[in-house]
Amino acid sequence: MDILIQNLLNALQWGSFYALIALGYTLVYGVLLLINFAHGDIFMVGAYIAFFVATFFLGIVDFSPWVTLALTVPLTMLLTAAVGVTLERIAYRPLRRKGAHRLYVVITALMCGLILENGNLALLGASRKKFPELLDKVVYTYGNISVTNLKIIVIFAAIAVFFLLEFIVTRTKIGMAMRGISYDKFAIPLMGIPIDSVIVFTFVLGSAMAGLAGLLFAMSYPILEPYMGALIGWKAFIAAVVGGIGDIRGAFLGGFLLGFIEVGVVAVFPSTYRDLFAFSILLMILWIKPTGIFGVAKTTKI
Amino acid sequence: MSKMILRTVLVVMVMSLAFIILTGCSKEEEKIKIGFNIPLTGDIPKVGEASRNAAEMLKEEINSQGGLEVGGKKIPLEFYYEDNESKAESAVNSALKLIEQNGVVAIIGPNSSKQAVPAGGTCNDNRTPMVSPWSTNPDTTKNRPWVFRAAFLDPFQGPVAVNFASKQFKATTAAVLFDISNDYSKGLAEIFKDVWEKKNGAGTVVAFESHGTKDQDFSAQLTKIINSKPNFIFIPDNYNQVALIVKQAHDLGWTGPFMGSDAWGSSELMTLCGKDCVGQYFSTHYAAAGAKGATKEFIDRYNDKFGETPDDVAALTWDATRLVLQAIQDAGSYSTDVKVERKAIRDAISNIKEFAGITGSMKFDEQGDPIKCAVVVRIDENGQFVFAESVCP
Repeated sequence: MDILIQNLLNALQWGSFYALIALGYTLVYGVLLLINFAHGDIFMVGAYIAFFVATFFLGIVDFSPWVTLALTVPLTMLLTAAVGVTLERIAYRPLRRKGAHRLYVVITALMCGLILENGNLALLGASRKKFPELLDKVVYTYGNISVTNLKIIVIFAAIAVFFLLEFIVTRTKIGMAMRGISYDKFAIPLMGIPIDSVIVFTFVLGSAMAGLAGLLFAMSYPILEPYMGALIGWKAFIAAVVGGIGDIRGAFLGGFLLGFIEVGVVAVFPSTYRDLFAFSILLMILWIKPTGIFGVAKTTKI
Repeated sequence: MSKMILRTVLVVMVMSLAFIILTGCSKEEEKIKIGFNIPLTGDIPKVGEASRNAAEMLKEEINSQGGLEVGGKKIPLEFYYEDNESKAESAVNSALKLIEQNGVVAIIGPNSSKQAVPAGGTCNDNRTPMVSPWSTNPDTTKNRPWVFRAAFLDPFQGPVAVNFASKQFKATTAAVLFDISNDYSKGLAEIFKDVWEKKNGAGTVVAFESHGTKDQDFSAQLTKIINSKPNFIFIPDNYNQVALIVKQAHDLGWTGPFMGSDAWGSSELMTLCGKDCVGQYFSTHYAAAGAKGATKEFIDRYNDKFGETPDDVAALTWDATRLVLQAIQDAGSYSTDVKVERKAIRDAISNIKEFAGITGSMKFDEQGDPIKCAVVVRIDENGQFVFAESVCP
């Protein structure tokens, strides 16, 4: 019983990262029908931005860890959002203006991801970075169950982000515009809605979430390397597809589902079986429902 | 107009081609070419950096005297550093590039067994002597007359860890967490389990868990391990993973000791792991703190030059490279024919019966493996690796 609860907590933490990244995939896909394969690397950039912001405030300005954390969260989200928007500006928007097929935009996204990874490798070198400790880690132990304050923060952050996005998309005007673009990209400008601004806003939202995920990830697993975003980004994308890409609830659920399956498999079987089992289960879900859990066969999403 | 541009481009191309061919043909000064097959990027970049630093230091020392004296003639050294990205397949490609393109007479590296086992096969097939500084897996040199090493073997290191842990922690049960896709980690974990269970009875390794190389979350494995209540956890893993594993174990409420292996011994371990690793023990090739003689001299010079204490990889690379240079000198003359020289170096290394390295003196057995002592170090409060015990075969 103790093992079960402990593993549930482990899975919630691990799933939170998938969920946070999957939300970014789903937002961009929902609006643009574009799979932004660079998103996993934006997550990596987010972690590095958090590292530089945190070391700047801790080392050069000499703030206390708490103040640093309070400043790092918004700054990381802001700067990562700027990176996402820059990508949109220089890579995706020109292609969209020229009316390029979606396939070419996806390939561009893949290239952007590789540029971010290798650019980082060339600029900062292969040596790993150690993320400074911003939180006084407290381990709460109940019987055989141990949980850190950081773990709780990560899980709550993922849930809070989900509700925030759900609120923005379903209850606000700009959310309505996002859903409108998803429904019909060509009719929406005729209504006087600035399509480019809405798309930029989508990228801001998605990348800010990736930045937050990067920061929380760096705090939980404090060793940074240029390729850290690649694998987790791919898996989060698969999680988003299984949940029904384009649907926020789907991304959230898919992320946690993948986290639960991965931790669950390792808890029972040797770790070699993890990806094999996890993806076999996901494949079976897609067999039964090819559009994903929350997916509908091509209507308005998000 | 466009024809003009085309012609210009053509002319430039022909000229540059001619330039390359002409310079390629010019008579080169005679040099001893040695290749280094090391991980400068990938999972363990610090290991490659330490190797390169040690090699550069050695090259500067010898070239500043005009070169290596072979049979009364001084020949300068030339080193080629090839990045194997910490990957098995890239290590094979790097070895082939060094052998075929650069025409090296011997190869130092790869460091980790994950790369050294496949690259050793390539070097052996291509009849090029290879000396791995850091690889401890028996398969690296097994039935490969062209492959040697400067480190002790896992069948020796495993029992060292077992005996030390049972004595130090008064342990009767152990848990193991290892990287299943790494030859080194997997091999050592299995040896450890065998030896431990022979000593303490079957089932005393209460948890034997694995993970993948790219994994960052070990909470499921650690939950299982902690729940099986071992006396200590044995982690034969690379330093970058150790930093994550030790931290996460503490997060999950583990307060007991860890025992590590020689892959912990990078100078970057403490930067990444911090206070979580303080007080832990691991077996390694030498202890920098409190060294004497030639070892001390090497440590001081390295420290002056690169601003950090050399780790075991740096020291072993120094020894491995000196072993090859010793063999070239022993052969008596340096042949301009690469194939002849490679053969001469191989024969000379296999004839070296005893070699005084800075990581201890080594004797070689018929497999090309040194018989040498291991030390166990403790990580103290300042992050220094302090000598705890020395074990000789």
